Amino acid sequence: MSMNRREFLKIAGISTIAGIGGTALAGGLRKGVIEAAQTAPNTDALTGKKWGIAIDMSKLKSEENIKRVTEACHRIHNVPDFSNTKDEVKWIWTETFEHSFPGQEHKFMAEDMKHKPFLLLCNHCDNPACVRVCPTKATFKRKDGIVMQDMHRCIGCRFCMAACPFGARSFNYKNPRLAKNLQEYMNPEFPTRTIGVVEKCTFCYERLAKGLKPACVEESNGALVFGDLEDPASEIRKILASKHTIRRKPELGTEPNIYYIIGGNDYAVVPEIK
Amino acid sequence: MYDGGKIFVGLIVFAALFASPFYLNMGKVSAKPELKIDTPEIQKLEDKKCVEPKELMRAEHMQILNSWRDAVVRNGDRDQIIISGHKYEKSLQNGCMKCHSNKKDFCDKCHNYMAVKPYCWDCHIAPKEKKS
Ligand code: SF4
Ligand code: SF4
Ligand code: SF4
Repeated sequence: MSMNRREFLKIAGISTIAGIGGTALAGGLRKGVIEAAQTAPNTDALTGKKWGIAIDMSKLKSEENIKRVTEACHRIHNVPDFSNTKDEVKWIWTETFEHSFPGQEHKFMAEDMKHKPFLLLCNHCDNPACVRVCPTKATFKRKDGIVMQDMHRCIGCRFCMAACPFGARSFNYKNPRLAKNLQEYMNPEFPTRTIGVVEKCTFCYERLAKGLKPACVEESNGALVFGDLEDPASEIRKILASKHTIRRKPELGTEPNIYYIIGGNDYAVVPEIK
Repeated sequence: MYDGGKIFVGLIVFAALFASPFYLNMGKVSAKPELKIDTPEIQKLEDKKCVEPKELMRAEHMQILNSWRDAVVRNGDRDQIIISGHKYEKSLQNGCMKCHSNKKDFCDKCHNYMAVKPYCWDCHIAPKEKKS
């Protein structure tokens, strides 16, 4: 059979259209079938344009206060504890001032401040470096500002860990279910992760959907204030407008959304001169 | 023709190997899995209905779970599914398994029969097995 170029292109064109149209039609039908069930909109969810947290370190008085906060998060999110730094998985943790805000320490600063364990978590940055490098879009930014981690897509390449300047991400070197704490207790309402994926704080997206504030905020006795940074009437905006706050490594341009209330109140006391 | 004999023998061996699964399993009928849908949770329901008809669930539950995952994880869409006035979450762990609390006699039976190993359970926590 001989065919000239024009005929060939015609046939090719028609089959392409038939192919695309056909799959679209079949896809459409299938979608229709799957979404036939009756649904009700979820009206419980907290909604915002840019979630953030302001942490008042002066209100986290003791190690126990802080431990209660970190443990609440790790417990409800089934974060494994292997009790060694190499395999450590952390969503919320503590560091000294010097390590949290490098370059801002100086030798005359208050001893108390120098040694205080600062509460750290993912900053849900406006310009998240982790999102930019993720090759699979497993890490992505939601409309409400949450930097979300989709465990179904993570291939464990760890680019995001290298990119995040805040050490907010942990890799699962071991099967998390083998951790002692998860063999004793697992929150049956939340999944675990699997070996070979990266995880981090997800801003309690599952709680926000139910109208609850993040677990760390709830456990903090008012030391952590959660709110919508785009809403000028929110409590967090009032705090930021009235108190001196700092963020971690702002010079890197990722625009963190976790603020630390420094000074004022407890710290403003001038020590007695002896 | 060179080596005609060897080729011929080779072909017979190949055909025999290729067909081996068929004649090895000939006459053997493995029992169709009987799935149990009589968990205490389901028995409590007045209207024993899943989110979709049984036939569709059997054939397409994986696509449904996939679309739920995209909706919830990627689009933050947690609209609930209503069946006869009951609300269900679009969730394997907090939706499906709340009724089908017998993973061994429900999910596993069929998956084993079909020799598929879905890795949902590497992360999602199955309900504690009860006597049904
Ligand atoms: S703190 Fe790190 S992990 Fe979190 S959004 Fe910013 S760059 Fe990404
Ligand atoms: S480890 Fe996972 S989340 Fe991180 S960059 Fe790779 S695929 Fe993305
Ligand atoms: S916001 Fe939620 S996930 Fe993030 S540190 Fe707090 S409790 Fe953990």
